[in-house]
Amino acid sequence: MLAHSIFFYIFSLIAIISAIMVTVSKNTVHSVFFLILDFISISCLFIMIGAEFLGMIMLIVYVGAVAVLFLFVVMMLNVAQQKNQWFSASENSQHVPIGLIVSLIIFFELIIVIGGWKYKPDLVSAMALNIDKNISNTHSIGYVLYTDYIHIFQLSGMVLLVAMIGAIVLTFRQRSGVKRQSYFKQISRERTDGVETINVESNKGVKIDD
Amino acid sequence: MEYLNIIFSETYKILFLLVPVLVSVAMIVWLDRRIWAFVQKRQGPNVVGPFGLLQSLADALKYIFKEVIIPSSSNKVIFILAPIVTMTLALVSWAVIPFSATQVIANINVGILYLFAVSSLGVYGIIMGGWASNSKYPFLGAIRSAAQMVSYEVSIGVIIINVLLCVGSLNLNDIVIAQEELWFVVPLFPMFVIFFISALAETNRPPFDLPEAEAELVAGYQTEYSGMMYAMFWLGEYANILLMCAMGSILFLGGWLSPIEIYPFNLIPGAIWLIFKILFLFILFALVKAIVPRYRYDQLMRLGWKIFLPLSLTWVVLTASYLFYFNLLPVN
Repeated sequence: MLAHSIFFYIFSLIAIISAIMVTVSKNTVHSVFFLILDFISISCLFIMIGAEFLGMIMLIVYVGAVAVLFLFVVMMLNVAQQKNQWFSASENSQHVPIGLIVSLIIFFELIIVIGGWKYKPDLVSAMALNIDKNISNTHSIGYVLYTDYIHIFQLSGMVLLVAMIGAIVLTFRQRSGVKRQSYFKQISRERTDGVETINVESNKGVKIDD
Repeated sequence: MEYLNIIFSETYKILFLLVPVLVSVAMIVWLDRRIWAFVQKRQGPNVVGPFGLLQSLADALKYIFKEVIIPSSSNKVIFILAPIVTMTLALVSWAVIPFSATQVIANINVGILYLFAVSSLGVYGIIMGGWASNSKYPFLGAIRSAAQMVSYEVSIGVIIINVLLCVGSLNLNDIVIAQEELWFVVPLFPMFVIFFISALAETNRPPFDLPEAEAELVAGYQTEYSGMMYAMFWLGEYANILLMCAMGSILFLGGWLSPIEIYPFNLIPGAIWLIFKILFLFILFALVKAIVPRYRYDQLMRLGWKIFLPLSLTWVVLTASYLFYFNLLPVN
């Protein structure tokens, strides 16, 4: 158990420090990298408590896809140069009250969660399903995800789908004058469509431009 | 004392795996260039050592003694971290590759997810390198490669789901053992082809080597790198290619299983068979590099999103329906 707790403290320390660094660091790209480090150490913590499926999915989805897009946007926007316009206006700024409200809500939510856990520590085990402890984490998720929770699972998929369609609709614009490659046209083109053999009479030539 | 023993034995195992992987990466670079040359009726590297086998060693020596230049306007920490990340991620995923039923460093429950996760992290080395160089060509190369790798990961993930439907386990050894009667390349042949092409795109190999297309982007994200740091990118890239070949042979070609279960063949240890399969896939990779011209970027994206993704998704539905209808689902 000694090695286990040593690794637990290492990973949670990295997670906390990098979470702080996300908000503190001046360079936005560095913030995203710290966010990635945070994701990775949290997925390590997941693996350590035996939720290896969750940890791996966390790595694949958040680190492998979401954070890449984050990084993409941050690098493309080049926020570091625009920082002065965005963040330096501390007087009559609109961001501070909104930020305060959001952080207050999160703070109270955290109090409720942690307080509930302190108040009734056996709540989780009382609510837990009758899952065989001998089978692996992945199997036990598989047993309940598509049977007991199928509706919630499908609903969350629908939410994602709607969000995706919304994003495409918002950003899609039809531009005129764009030349597109039509593979069907390209492949079905015959030699006779493009080439014509003409018998040229001597001394008369041939007009090709019409 | 007990911990020390564990650490020593694990270190021994890891070294026993990593040193051959690194040596074979060097050999595989030679093989790649050699095959490329043979297809084009050239000689290829044939001067250093027998058949030019030591060419990569000579190259490595050259890289080691070259000066490492760090551009003054670059972001130095990330610039140095980028090749380290690439190489580490390329090597760390070998931990779960099974060379036989027992010869594996970490026989974890979610082996295939681990492989997939680590290979999807590989994009960070490239993005970091491209961004930290603070120059136009590396940045364009990094952006291209990030978009490319994220797109092709999707279809690789769906292909993995196809295989997992037939196996019923995420453990790599279970995947291999499930193919004892029939390799998955036979029933899932279209998926094998799509996996192969997606692996080419995922590892930035020709014909999908747009991130380093030398006609447009000099060398893409590697432009500002020199000396040993460039060599580390290079090693990581080839280790990734080998890893993709290993993944393909485990998912579709039966991993360490011998192709024929008769007397002289089943004496050969599984590791040898796995190596042969990896080599076979790598030779295909090298041939594709020599034969196929480079794709245009919009063609690449179209292939990933409009052809491979619908096709592999349809195949998931087909496989699932077939297994369900004939009651073949691996439910325990």
